[in-house]
Amino acid sequence: MASKKIGAVLVVGGGVAGIQASLDLADSGFKVYLIDQGPSIGGVMAQLDKTFPTNDCSMCILSPKLVATGRHPNITILTNTEITGLNGEAGNFEVKLRKKSRYIIEDKCNGCGLCAQKCPIEAVDTFNEGLDNRSAIYVEYPQAVPLKFMIDREKCIGCGTCQEICKANAIEYDQKDSEVALKVGSIILAPGFEPFDARLKSEYGYGRFPNVMTSIEFERILSASGPYGGLVLRLSDGEIPKKIAFIQCVGSRDFQLGNNYCSAACCMYGMKEAVIAKEHTPTKLDAKIFYMDMRSYGKEFDAYYERAQGEWGIQFVRSRVAGVTEDPKTNNLFVHYVEDETPKTEEFDMVVLSIGMQPPKNIETLAKNLGIKLNNYKFCETATFSPMETSKPGIFVCGAFSAPKDIPESVAQASGAAAKAMSVIASERGTQVTAKEYPPERDVSREEPRIGVFVCHCGINIGGVVKVPEVVEYAKTLPNVVYADANVYTCSQDTQKLIREKIQQHKLNRVVVASCTPRTHEPLFKETVQEAGLNPYLFEMTNIRDQCSWVHMHEPEKATEKAKDLVRSIVAKAKLLKPLKKPLINVTPVGLVIGGGVSGMTAALELAKQGFEVHLVEKEKELGGHLRTIRYLLEKDDDPKEELNALIKAVTENDKIHVYLGAEVVDVYGFVGNFKSKIRQQNGRETEIEHGIVIVATGAVEYKPTEYLYGKDPRIVTQHDLEEQIAEGAFKAKNVLMIQCVGARTNERPNCARICCGQAIKNALKIKEISPETEVYILYKDMRAYGFKEDYYREAATQGVMFVNYEDERKPQLANDNGGLKMTFWEPVIKEEIEIEPDLVVLSAATIPNPDNKRVAEMLKVPLTKDGFFLEAHMKLRPVDFATDGVFLCGMAHWPKYIDESIAQACAAAARATTILSKPTLEMEGIVANVNEDLCSGCRICEYLCPYNAIEMKEKDGKPIAHVIEALCKGCGACGTACPTKAIIMGHFTTEEILAQVKAALIEVKT
Amino acid sequence: MNAKTEFEPKIIGFLCNWCSYAGADLAGVSRIQYPSNIRIIRVMCSGRIDPTFILEALKDGADGVLVAGCHLPSDCHYISGNFKTLRRVTLLKKVLQDFGIEPKRVRLEWISASEGDKFAAVVRDMVEEIKKLGPSPLKNMEVKA
Repeated sequence: MASKKIGAVLVVGGGVAGIQASLDLADSGFKVYLIDQGPSIGGVMAQLDKTFPTNDCSMCILSPKLVATGRHPNITILTNTEITGLNGEAGNFEVKLRKKSRYIIEDKCNGCGLCAQKCPIEAVDTFNEGLDNRSAIYVEYPQAVPLKFMIDREKCIGCGTCQEICKANAIEYDQKDSEVALKVGSIILAPGFEPFDARLKSEYGYGRFPNVMTSIEFERILSASGPYGGLVLRLSDGEIPKKIAFIQCVGSRDFQLGNNYCSAACCMYGMKEAVIAKEHTPTKLDAKIFYMDMRSYGKEFDAYYERAQGEWGIQFVRSRVAGVTEDPKTNNLFVHYVEDETPKTEEFDMVVLSIGMQPPKNIETLAKNLGIKLNNYKFCETATFSPMETSKPGIFVCGAFSAPKDIPESVAQASGAAAKAMSVIASERGTQVTAKEYPPERDVSREEPRIGVFVCHCGINIGGVVKVPEVVEYAKTLPNVVYADANVYTCSQDTQKLIREKIQQHKLNRVVVASCTPRTHEPLFKETVQEAGLNPYLFEMTNIRDQCSWVHMHEPEKATEKAKDLVRSIVAKAKLLKPLKKPLINVTPVGLVIGGGVSGMTAALELAKQGFEVHLVEKEKELGGHLRTIRYLLEKDDDPKEELNALIKAVTENDKIHVYLGAEVVDVYGFVGNFKSKIRQQNGRETEIEHGIVIVATGAVEYKPTEYLYGKDPRIVTQHDLEEQIAEGAFKAKNVLMIQCVGARTNERPNCARICCGQAIKNALKIKEISPETEVYILYKDMRAYGFKEDYYREAATQGVMFVNYEDERKPQLANDNGGLKMTFWEPVIKEEIEIEPDLVVLSAATIPNPDNKRVAEMLKVPLTKDGFFLEAHMKLRPVDFATDGVFLCGMAHWPKYIDESIAQACAAAARATTILSKPTLEMEGIVANVNEDLCSGCRICEYLCPYNAIEMKEKDGKPIAHVIEALCKGCGACGTACPTKAIIMGHFTTEEILAQVKAALIEVKT
Repeated sequence: MNAKTEFEPKIIGFLCNWCSYAGADLAGVSRIQYPSNIRIIRVMCSGRIDPTFILEALKDGADGVLVAGCHLPSDCHYISGNFKTLRRVTLLKKVLQDFGIEPKRVRLEWISASEGDKFAAVVRDMVEEIKKLGPSPLKNMEVKA
């Protein structure tokens, strides 16, 4: 008999991937143990200043997730913890852990920080990459979760100062390491990566020359909470640099080091660091990036690259830097490189090395303890069709440990791994968890408004421009404000505690935060006030960052005045706020998946594995989508045909999945948990279904080129055509020329189509395999063989495939010369125009959005990008969510991507959907319309106007009265505006509240 | 106060939460600089904006009012709120003209979540435009109840 399954999961690694996996699991009814080797969670993302391509503040977007993880009732965080042993099997593992001592009693420490202020010992601040010092008793960073101090026993002299001063009696010098054993059903590995040790590239002088630094050190320098408060300064003399060089591929794409792979994120972060450095430097700063191929292959990355060149004036030089030397007098640096076959030297004030990602330290021990296989670079071994599966059943992987990758891909893979981990123990959902409970709500109806105002410095994001103390003092003078103060980060966990304390202490019954945007941070603060016994709708916030400090950077006076106006205005509204009730709605535990390609099928199957019924709608007459055209893989680890057939079989044989072929979803009504849709089949048959979520997996299509005589000559084909030829044994060409970026990176479609480089390498290698004598040329702009695909790029070059770079200014020319094809292109190395006569020209045609996206987007009320792909809720941290609750996306509907990436996203969409479907009821938004029945004249204007049919007429005392169906009301307020008798009150946006806000904003203040 | 100080118009901006407020956020995140004359009031949908809010704002001292929502026809998070706004604001502007108030003081724009640059450009343009018009004639006008 198999042992009993356990409804708990161990997540190893508390970076953004581990955090996301933990939240998805915990929100779907599973207990999570999140362990990290370090004293707090957050990982590398916590160290970053900004994130590409939106230049969002990294801490600002991560912090709400840190806080949510820290306070989730179903997540237990174990820090300073490592795995020492594993027994059991998938569904029932016993994990042995060693928790290293913190020398602090975690339950007692309240993170007040007095100990660190008094500690007489200085130690190197590793969070700031050694650029700063901290005390021997410390937290890694101010927003750290858990906010528990730790003693660095290597530095601590045991003087007893902290013990004396700690009012919580939390210090325990002789605390011992402890052994912990846990029972879990599955395990997710998210240990991240180890930054490359730049000392190993001694020719760049890192460790010898003070002004050569690594990209991660530079992130800390750029950070407002870093060693220089966000100002870019040279380490040698504290001077502001005028000229910075960025050297790419340090520790990546390096055969000598054995790090042959590409680290996948460095091109973008290098560019971002250059852009942000210019932004943070008050004087003119020149930035030059030395690169081999600019690999900006992600969503809207090329648009960023364009802006970096055009708008921000970053210079780009295609060259592998040979070495860096220093002028010992000035500590300036000479970068030696070759451009146009000419050796050059250029002087810089500072050099930043874009260091690559390596497998985590001591990963072999972990792999041995768990019994999982590593690949030849010691990253976790996975396969194309099983990107989250390790070699051991029940153990899954996500984030950079499976391959170097950026944040959104780590986050998507993390949600995907969560789906996989859940499916092992789906039967045990809800067995090990407790529901979050709030204290009873305080009745404030008889109290005078007592408003507390919390003004955020946001590091220096706000405080660097807006005079925050002045705003605080001003807030104190406003009517009904009984408390006002400033916080370094109002969103951090310690501030949440502070807000709760202040609510109690000052008997606050309205809370206002002046910080960043309510679009990201309002939910966090609402929860905080609710934890203090206040109705969450007694909270309001105003945005003095995006509307003041960041848009009036050079006008501190005006920005401060505006901040005061905004605070006064929001306080006037807050005074009038009323508590609102959140309606509960039932959830139909059924999914609708639109699109039956590899993504749609995978998502449907994952939902079915979680125990939910799924309707899978495919426009074509058969399942498979784009995958049908893929005949072999670059990695050769799986057979796509076999995998496709297995997937179709699994889907069609699963009795929880209803497949509709040759069908379209033609209507979607309703809202999260309660959708009603109409599916129309080609035979005209219509089916109405009820479902709780929608997953969009409509895929993408291959661009039909208009360039290079395509369609006019059978010898001009696309990569897909070629693949077909090869697979069918029809390939005979002796001289093949491939052209990259056909229909991509053009004026019309400025972004990269991501997968064409891999396709070209795959087909080139296949040609060399079946016909070694065939000559293959690949004309490219940048070879974007990111991650482990770099191996195949190198392999192709070794096999004699000729790679020739071309620029937009000198595009290759193809002509039909008396029946023969003639290709003319510029060879940049020998600097000559070359003419060849290929017998086959292969166009790497872009992958472009499905033309049906527009219709689907309008039907679901979700947005598209400028290119026409679906636009997710947040590019960095919500890669598979839409802003509309209950609607998710995956696969090529989101952006062109490889199979493994589509599968990861599909599983991710399923996991995100499960956070809804697994709940019998959902708590809805409390912002809904209400009818004052005494004022209602029964005119029915509102009933006619409401786009959600949320208003019905009810008979009362013989006359019709409007009635709001709360679960259907989305809170737009259109009815309230139209009501001629003003009988409709729009919750949280009442006419009185809005007018008070307007009036207060316009008051003239004498300064 | 220096009498020669240039007239700085006061603008109230009613922005819908989903598109235009997000566009203003993007202007912030992208550090696109624009004049500080605008005070933003967030509503869930532009369809919530009652023409009387605009009149009240003008009466309370605003020299201009921006109403911004999701692009027509189909960006609206609430299906058709933007159409309702279009009708209401168009009508209001006609009424304003009849009452001798420059309709240019009220501006309706569709600004999406990805148009931080557009938001900034609209504010810049509006400030210039209203500077030319001068202070609102409604400002400080005594209104008898």
